[in-house]
Amino acid sequence: MTPENNTPRHGAPAVRARRQMEHFVADVAETPLQATDKVREDNAPLSLWGEAWRNLRRQPLFLIAAFLILVVMAVSLFPGLFSPVDPSSEACQLANSDGGPAAGHPLGYTQQGCDVYARVIFGTRSSVTVGLFTTLAVLLVGGIIGALAGYYGGWVDAILARINDIFFALPLILGAIVVMQLPMFRANRTAWTLVVILATFGWPQLARITRGAVLEVRNADFVMAARSLGVSRVGALLRHVLPNALAPIVVVATISLGTFIVAESTLSFLGIGLPPSVMSWGNDIQAAQSSLRSNPMPLLYPAIALSITVLSFIMLGDALRDALDPKARKR
Amino acid sequence: MRFSRTSKALGMAAIAALALTGCGAGGPAAGGGSTGGDTSKVILVDGSEPQRPLMPADTNEVGGGKVMQMMFAGLVSYDPSGKPVNEVAESIEGKDGQNFTIKVKKDQKFTNGEAITAKTFVDSWNFGAAAKNAQLSGSFFESIKGYDGASAEGSTVETMSGLKVVDDQTFTVALKQPESDWPLRLGYTAFVPVPSGALKDPKAFGEKPVGNGPYKMADGGWQHNVQIQLVPNPDYNGPRKPKNAGVTFKIFQNDDAAYQDLLSNNLDVLQVIPTSALKNFKSDLGDRTINKPYAGNQTIAIPEYLPEWSGEAGKLRRQAISMAINRDEITKVIFSSARQPAKDFTAPVLDGYSGSIPGSENLVFDAAKAKDAWAKADAIQKWDADKTFTIAYNADKGGHKAWVEAVVNQLKNTLGIKVEGKPYATFKESRDDATAKTLTGAIRAGWQADYPSLYNFLGPIYKTGAGSNDASYANPVFDKAIADGLNASSVSDGNKAMNKAQEILLTDLPAIPLWYQVAQGGWSDKVTNVDYGWDGVPLYYDITGK
Amino acid sequence: MATYILKRFLQLIPVFLGATLLVYFLVFSLPGDPIAALFGDKPVNEAVAAKLRVQYHLDQPFFMQYLLYLKSIFTFDLGQDFSGRPIAAVLAEVFPVTARLAVMALIFEAVFGIVFGLIAGLRKGRFFDATVLVASLVVISIPIFVLGFLLQFTIGVQLGWAKPTVSSAATVQDLILPAIVLGLASFAYVLRLTRTSVLENMNADYVRTASAKGLSRFRVVRVHILRNSLIPVITFLGADLGTLMGGAIVTEGIFNVPGVGNRLYRAVLTGEGPTVVSIVTVLVLIYCLSNLLVDLLYAWLDPRIRYDA
Repeated sequence: MTPENNTPRHGAPAVRARRQMEHFVADVAETPLQATDKVREDNAPLSLWGEAWRNLRRQPLFLIAAFLILVVMAVSLFPGLFSPVDPSSEACQLANSDGGPAAGHPLGYTQQGCDVYARVIFGTRSSVTVGLFTTLAVLLVGGIIGALAGYYGGWVDAILARINDIFFALPLILGAIVVMQLPMFRANRTAWTLVVILATFGWPQLARITRGAVLEVRNADFVMAARSLGVSRVGALLRHVLPNALAPIVVVATISLGTFIVAESTLSFLGIGLPPSVMSWGNDIQAAQSSLRSNPMPLLYPAIALSITVLSFIMLGDALRDALDPKARKR
Repeated sequence: MRFSRTSKALGMAAIAALALTGCGAGGPAAGGGSTGGDTSKVILVDGSEPQRPLMPADTNEVGGGKVMQMMFAGLVSYDPSGKPVNEVAESIEGKDGQNFTIKVKKDQKFTNGEAITAKTFVDSWNFGAAAKNAQLSGSFFESIKGYDGASAEGSTVETMSGLKVVDDQTFTVALKQPESDWPLRLGYTAFVPVPSGALKDPKAFGEKPVGNGPYKMADGGWQHNVQIQLVPNPDYNGPRKPKNAGVTFKIFQNDDAAYQDLLSNNLDVLQVIPTSALKNFKSDLGDRTINKPYAGNQTIAIPEYLPEWSGEAGKLRRQAISMAINRDEITKVIFSSARQPAKDFTAPVLDGYSGSIPGSENLVFDAAKAKDAWAKADAIQKWDADKTFTIAYNADKGGHKAWVEAVVNQLKNTLGIKVEGKPYATFKESRDDATAKTLTGAIRAGWQADYPSLYNFLGPIYKTGAGSNDASYANPVFDKAIADGLNASSVSDGNKAMNKAQEILLTDLPAIPLWYQVAQGGWSDKVTNVDYGWDGVPLYYDITGK
Repeated sequence: MATYILKRFLQLIPVFLGATLLVYFLVFSLPGDPIAALFGDKPVNEAVAAKLRVQYHLDQPFFMQYLLYLKSIFTFDLGQDFSGRPIAAVLAEVFPVTARLAVMALIFEAVFGIVFGLIAGLRKGRFFDATVLVASLVVISIPIFVLGFLLQFTIGVQLGWAKPTVSSAATVQDLILPAIVLGLASFAYVLRLTRTSVLENMNADYVRTASAKGLSRFRVVRVHILRNSLIPVITFLGADLGTLMGGAIVTEGIFNVPGVGNRLYRAVLTGEGPTVVSIVTVLVLIYCLSNLLVDLLYAWLDPRIRYDA
């Protein structure tokens, strides 16, 4: 097993071959055939996930991503540890409006005279909740529906894909307004309200992507092989089709995580986001938009926090895909 | 009052409000006086898509209202200061404030050639009031005798008994009771004459209205959601004579887009500078801006049907809230002085306005007195410390969030109670709770004048059982004071009585006045002679090219 | 294949019924009385309101309203909006504008997303790859109402390269800037999807075989890597066309485009049921057709994919 199990080592020399016709097959030294051919007799065969975990542990990309995500999680769980100012108990003073950095307030103030740093720290929880849990819900619902539609085809596909189309066409804004006035959310809108709304209207996209990816893989030789070896239909879907269809799903899911956090901001912009009493990056970005030209900083900082979060999940996704997807992995 | 369902103005003003009746009469223009200028220029201004067919009595929001005001001439129009001047009327007389004799000028015509007589007015008003025609502004005729019969649900009566044609040029109006300020209302769009064709087929007319005002619609002038083109009416000879070759309303969905267009000279006049540009517009536009108070205000209404806010304790609490709000600071910081701190319940441009009515000290920020009043209220009826005081607003349009947040923070800081802004997703949702009396806290309110009168800011909102009385305020002493004002023999006596009535309001504070609206607009370097009327709408007919 | 396509067209019928019913129900559940809201904060004139409710069938129970709406569709008269205009005329106005905008945005995101994604994939870990990663992070992390405003202000106002808002005709030239703004968010998806796919396929046996055969690098990349990498991208783009058609509320607002998003937004806020449902119905049809097109493209791109008719 090579530690460098990423793609370019193999792909790149092969592609470059045209200019160096004499080595159109990569040099033996470059292609660790020994490693590929060596049968590992010492270990019992690993499960899909066990193998993935072994791969992950050695990847710097994964380690950095994991570290960043842990930090973000810590901030959202214990914001008080990271900010001396608690913006939910100390109200903002208009006298500080648009003020620059000051002692104890390293990032300056918003138009309302609120401490930007404290708000970014305390806004993490809502934003991460919205991003993370919406993505999980969407992965679950969209993934299952899309995988079933793509894998079974026929009438299953016809029904699931058409339900998908119907949901796809429902305008988010219409759904959001209706959901927000439901009795359970009416008086108390939180990040979870947003999770419900965004997941209800966000799963169709992921379902379509999953369906397409599964369609592409389901007729592959290795699936046939597995089926002829007696693997059940569901077993083949879970163990052979899905891991091979993972790449686009992971890409869309990790980007969507950021998109959902931003969607909260856009809904605030349209007047149906979180109430102003809930601190979130989206709310702050929206509030800072009106003074964008005179004081862009209060907008920039939550956007940077959002970028870092999205970046860490994109890196995690890349690492996860490399580890799980047999096509990107070689031994 | 007119309100905007879709755009800008909702924001600028009041609970619904928002109105901007576009009317006005000639007057001195800013930046260059009324001298010269290129009269061959077509002026490109911002507008919004009318929500209903363009029938004057069916138009009650800004988008259509501005167009109607320019296409129609009523008995009177208002000059820039809000004083009514005769337009189609020769004279309006009525000594007792209840029976009026109105004479119409001779040889008045619609642009289709149809003559305008006393009968035209009577027919138009009857049409507007009759329930079967379902005109939104029908209630403007409610003071006229016989209105109740014509406007009742399912009624087939099509005329009001209070209107009588005497001869071609004369008709009489009998009101249900004396109302000294009634003639002031006649400049509102609902009272203009409409041609007989409009009464037969209002829907077709609403697409291509024909009027008698300073402008008429160009052929195919209304391109829905895009623009409305008006060209001068050569036969118009009233006080609002056009000084340009036409006015085109470019329809915008939001003010920010319109502002960018103004900066790049793709728009000539922008009525309201958007909040996102308040900090920059002076450096962007130089002296091509205006800052002029108009007849509108912003308040927050606190319903008296909520137990914490009723009785003596409620009154003290409302005073505490009022004194805990630093209006100077908010108008400066949040609005960059695009508002003026309120000193009463009306607006400073109105005839009879006074900024020093006894009780107006309750509208001045005083943290110590506010805490004191709150403590006194607590002594009568304890405020539950876990309870959150909410200030509701509609978040779909208007940019109320910023100032509500500022008020929320000031209340938290001064009174130490829990306060939150409560956004409604849509305007109609907020109206539902207000009319059904199911509010759970304060609600953003305010008023934009329909016609320039103190009464218009008081009667329709604070009289017992009045239609726009969101606070459910009921005080017979105040009702009596208002009635005295309406019965007064002269406008100035009436105004005095109205301000007496305001003394009661300033103590009871059914709504807490925050600030007066200020028209803050800008124009491109291609036009000049831009000025605004008493209602915050530019005097479009006066604008010329450079 | 023809049977498959026919079947798909037949499926439009239940989709149409389901979608209209669901949307009608959502509109029906919108808070607030649309007729009362027409009066602003003036007292509601009950006589007038009752008359208007009858006119718009708002006095009927939900199911009756829905049936009346269906009836109006089958008689090709979609009813009127609150300003008394035929809804059919409204649709004919807004859809061409938004179709132009959406197709331009789609072309923008497809061309730039695929090209940049391909290069980033071929040069994984290099400077270009890192640069486009940062660029896509910016696009993801800043909401469109901020990005759109910034581009409009810098390119439209300060540099004067384009008009800040579209003209009344909403020409292709006017729509370039809005289309870029609209396509930006999806651009990040297309880019990352292409990159990932390319990375996967670069290792595939057939690519190595193709290189080994001595095919030119360009041909290897174009035919063997790119074509096989396109399936997830095509899936995304097919779905996105629908999103772009209906979801352009913010972009259309910023650039004042008189299109579907704008009209839909206004109709939702004012509670004009028939207008909302009519717009969404057309959107559903567009989704179904773009989905069918995508499925046919799959079979063309990858012969292993077959549909049992």
